[in-house]
Amino acid sequence: MLAGIDLTLERGETLVLLGASGVGKTTLLRMTNRLVEPSAGEIRFDGKPLRDWDPIALRRRMGYVIQDGGLFPHLSVARNVGLVPELEGWPAQRIAARVDELLDRVGLEPAQYRARRPRELSGGEKQRVGIARALAADPPVLLLDEPFAALDPVTRFEMQRQFRALQQALDKTVLFVTHDLREALALGTRIALLAHGRIDTLGTPREFRAARSAQALAFLRTLEEQAA
Amino acid sequence: MNGWDELARLSLEHFALVGAALAIALALGLPLAVLLTRHARARRATLAAVNVVQTIPSLALFGVLLPIPLIGGVGKRSAIVVLALYALLPIMRNAVVAIVGVDRGVRDSALAMGMTPRQILRRVEIPLALPTILAGIRIATVATIGTATIAAAIGGGGLGTYIFRGIATADLSTVLAGAVPAALMAIVMDEVMEWTERRFSY
Repeated sequence: MLAGIDLTLERGETLVLLGASGVGKTTLLRMTNRLVEPSAGEIRFDGKPLRDWDPIALRRRMGYVIQDGGLFPHLSVARNVGLVPELEGWPAQRIAARVDELLDRVGLEPAQYRARRPRELSGGEKQRVGIARALAADPPVLLLDEPFAALDPVTRFEMQRQFRALQQALDKTVLFVTHDLREALALGTRIALLAHGRIDTLGTPREFRAARSAQALAFLRTLEEQAA
Repeated sequence: MNGWDELARLSLEHFALVGAALAIALALGLPLAVLLTRHARARRATLAAVNVVQTIPSLALFGVLLPIPLIGGVGKRSAIVVLALYALLPIMRNAVVAIVGVDRGVRDSALAMGMTPRQILRRVEIPLALPTILAGIRIATVATIGTATIAAAIGGGGLGTYIFRGIATADLSTVLAGAVPAALMAIVMDEVMEWTERRFSY
């Protein structure tokens, strides 16, 4: 249950939705591309209410990455990444060039990975392909639902570092769901802490560190625990 | 008539019965299965009904059809109808279960990428379900080859002709003349279908 949520995403920012499991972060994310319809209230994209958007056109403007990548197991890495351009009717040559460019961007050697199947990839490689796929048709918005949560700590750290570099290079508007404050602080331009179905704290990482609500303090304590 | 000629004719007849029945079952069952994946309530009701058909002894079903015009009566037509009804369950059940069982994350991603339901069906659900769908067709094929021997009881012909003739004359070798070729046909088709299944696995 979400209520009384009022959020505005600025172009080019990375807004992190932080919160405990089951608090509604994913539901909120899924409302932005109309996988879930809100029972009340309104969401606007580019100034236009979501219900006036054709869901297909809306989703083509928003790349989407989930925890286990959601790659199509029967398609090669190249076909996975090139799927949206293919649906958009790009010529084959342009798709191939775009796939190679994107694999390069996410740190996968195209010649080595193009023909692989998802089951031949490690968890980190799957997420890289997932991100490349989400970027394929150059959507202005990225929706990321705990994309690094299932990775081992070393891989996760490396992916976060590279994602930040990627974000600086591409200047996408990003909505990023996580339950990990460390990740939120590292990647977010702003953090929205969700608790009890509403926004408990909203601010930049610096502002968040100074927050004094009970919920924010609970999250901030996880940092001390880890440091100690 | 030369014994080998008769064996060849009846084997061919048997194969044709099975082929016709499977063609009907596939033409009806696969589209119906796809529709059922879209409607949970209709799915349960339909699969239950098809299940009931499966529990009717085949000989009884042949009997039930005898007085029904057009699809019933004595001969090949009612034999094909009965065999198609039996083949329907494994084909539909496997197709429905396989399509409904496609990983949620995969389906979600497809939806979130802006694929239309039709594109998701064609490019994601069916390819992912294909090995299981083919397994259902394989089961139906093997079972139908066996059940088709009973078609001879209502004048459907096929290898069952030998079996019923052998039973009537208490002649084991005549029974075997029908049973062994039917078993061989089932084994060969099983192998062929399994090979096809492997080709479409991912």
